[in-house]
Amino acid sequence: MTDQLVEKPTAPVSPEGGGWTGALRRRVERTLPLEKLMADRQPAYVASWIYVFGVLTLTALCVVIASGIVLAVKGPSWWHVSGFGHYLNSVHLWAVELLMTFMSIHLVGKFFMAAWRGRRALTWITGAVAFGACAFTALTGYLIQQNFESQWIATQAKDGLNAIGVGAYFNVMNFGQMVLWHVALLPLAVGVVVLGHIVLVRRHGVVPPLAPRDTARPPRTEAS
Amino acid sequence: MTSRVTAAPIDLDGPGHYLSWSFIQISAANLLMIVLILLVFVAALLLPFPGRGGDEDD
Amino acid sequence: MRLRVRTAAEPDPYSYGSRHYDLVKEFVIALGAVTALVLVLAAAFSSPDRKPVTIAAWAQADPADFAATALAELDGTSATAGYGPPYNTASTGQRLGPIALAEAAGVTHPIATAQAFVLTPLEAVPQSPAVQQAVSSYVSASAARQAAWTGAYSDALTAAGGDPAKVKPGGYGPVPTLLGRLADQARSGSLDSQLMSEQGFYNTDYTLPLLFLADGSYLAADARGQHLAGDQWGMMNEVGDYPGQTWLAPYTFWYQIAPYDSSGNGDALVWGTMGVLGAAFVLVPFIPGLRSVPRLIPVYRVIWRRHYARRAAALPDPPG
Repeated sequence: MTDQLVEKPTAPVSPEGGGWTGALRRRVERTLPLEKLMADRQPAYVASWIYVFGVLTLTALCVVIASGIVLAVKGPSWWHVSGFGHYLNSVHLWAVELLMTFMSIHLVGKFFMAAWRGRRALTWITGAVAFGACAFTALTGYLIQQNFESQWIATQAKDGLNAIGVGAYFNVMNFGQMVLWHVALLPLAVGVVVLGHIVLVRRHGVVPPLAPRDTARPPRTEAS
Repeated sequence: MTSRVTAAPIDLDGPGHYLSWSFIQISAANLLMIVLILLVFVAALLLPFPGRGGDEDD
Repeated sequence: MRLRVRTAAEPDPYSYGSRHYDLVKEFVIALGAVTALVLVLAAAFSSPDRKPVTIAAWAQADPADFAATALAELDGTSATAGYGPPYNTASTGQRLGPIALAEAAGVTHPIATAQAFVLTPLEAVPQSPAVQQAVSSYVSASAARQAAWTGAYSDALTAAGGDPAKVKPGGYGPVPTLLGRLADQARSGSLDSQLMSEQGFYNTDYTLPLLFLADGSYLAADARGQHLAGDQWGMMNEVGDYPGQTWLAPYTFWYQIAPYDSSGNGDALVWGTMGVLGAAFVLVPFIPGLRSVPRLIPVYRVIWRRHYARRAAALPDPPG
């Protein structure tokens, strides 16, 4: 009955127009087409083990998040009284150690590739911010362990943060506040920054090699 | 003083080992981590990446 | 011309030739490998979980330090009492040159140490008439009188080698009664929970018990014994033989050298330095000199050696 009221229901989208939705869709398609996001070919110069440390960092972050989710489900005190909980805490800790290790190697590798060339500055910036955000998230993790180290780190870190006024609002001795920062706010921030970083990497592609002699010279294919 | 719910095969809960030169103090564990990072970095640079020699097929 | 230069700066990565590669497969393999490695490391090494220090353990193990700390809270000479913002106005807090961020942020967590750490815990539980009398006589005394009592008791405590039990009789007013009762409550374990419950039934803020512990030397001595103190590069250390926050090495480094290690504004100075270095790190692409370092240290030749070799073989005489 109502079918007759619909005029030519041929496609879910209009090639032109479509209002804000259509404009946003075309913008996304233009900046990051699916072929770029999930490319199945990569430039020939990507042939070194140094390139695997980006994905290793990402997978270590996945293990951190997965183990953190289980620890969050059971609550902050569980790991002190459960053998499996303690094991998961160990998984969380060692995943963080690997995350920071892989990220450091990825970072140094990208520095020596001068990987910010060719409008990739924001990729470098998001990566650098991700490093800082991960270190800060790790600090809050140490603060909510509910053990000797949490006590000591809290009483030490307060002096650093109070010295620049941050301690007035971000109280490392407030366990409840630190739990919320560690399991909600900071993972959200890290997630957004890392997602942005990955999108930028896919959008701009892997940075081409430096020209050995004349760094400003365009590659052969562009020389005309 | 340590609370051990699970015993690990390799016990790292004993007194820590520290090295110091001048004003630098570092735990053996941290030094090992830093050395590992350097070694892995150098290995990543030097080890040949698997793949056919003439794999460029554009 | 500018357009040409810009195009040259952004060559299409695929213009260098390409090869097949499976992004999803690489991710899944990496995820499997990293997960397996983490599971093995966790099983092999576990993780540290040293029990927290309690005020009860402190008062039992080191009654002299507890008594000295409690007295310092009462007479306003403890670290917290003289801290300044965000706890009180006893000092202006640290400054970074002319910038006083701590003072600008203000006192957001006011703590009067005598009330918070001594009098309120004593008033919170039923006491003997002698203790009730001691509390009311201390509270109703003038500040000068209070200072005379605590000063005399402080001297006597020092003369007795810190041991409250060996203090000779003197004009200390109600002070020995107050501190003796507080020590009893501490040893019994009730002071731990009293300091927490000062803020109400539901509470997740450990500021008071942690500041009290930090004002004593028991917690700090324990931490120092494990190389966790700030001047021992402690920020990056972990208890036992576990690796710590190694990535904080560039941060804790500054605390080991002058002027940071001795300045009253050391924390603010370290923050200032790290702020500059952090900004430089984030903004590497825009900093002349720094951004050219990769060209000067030719690690890139190793990374892309296969590419350069292939180019050299195919194009023995690259065009200018």
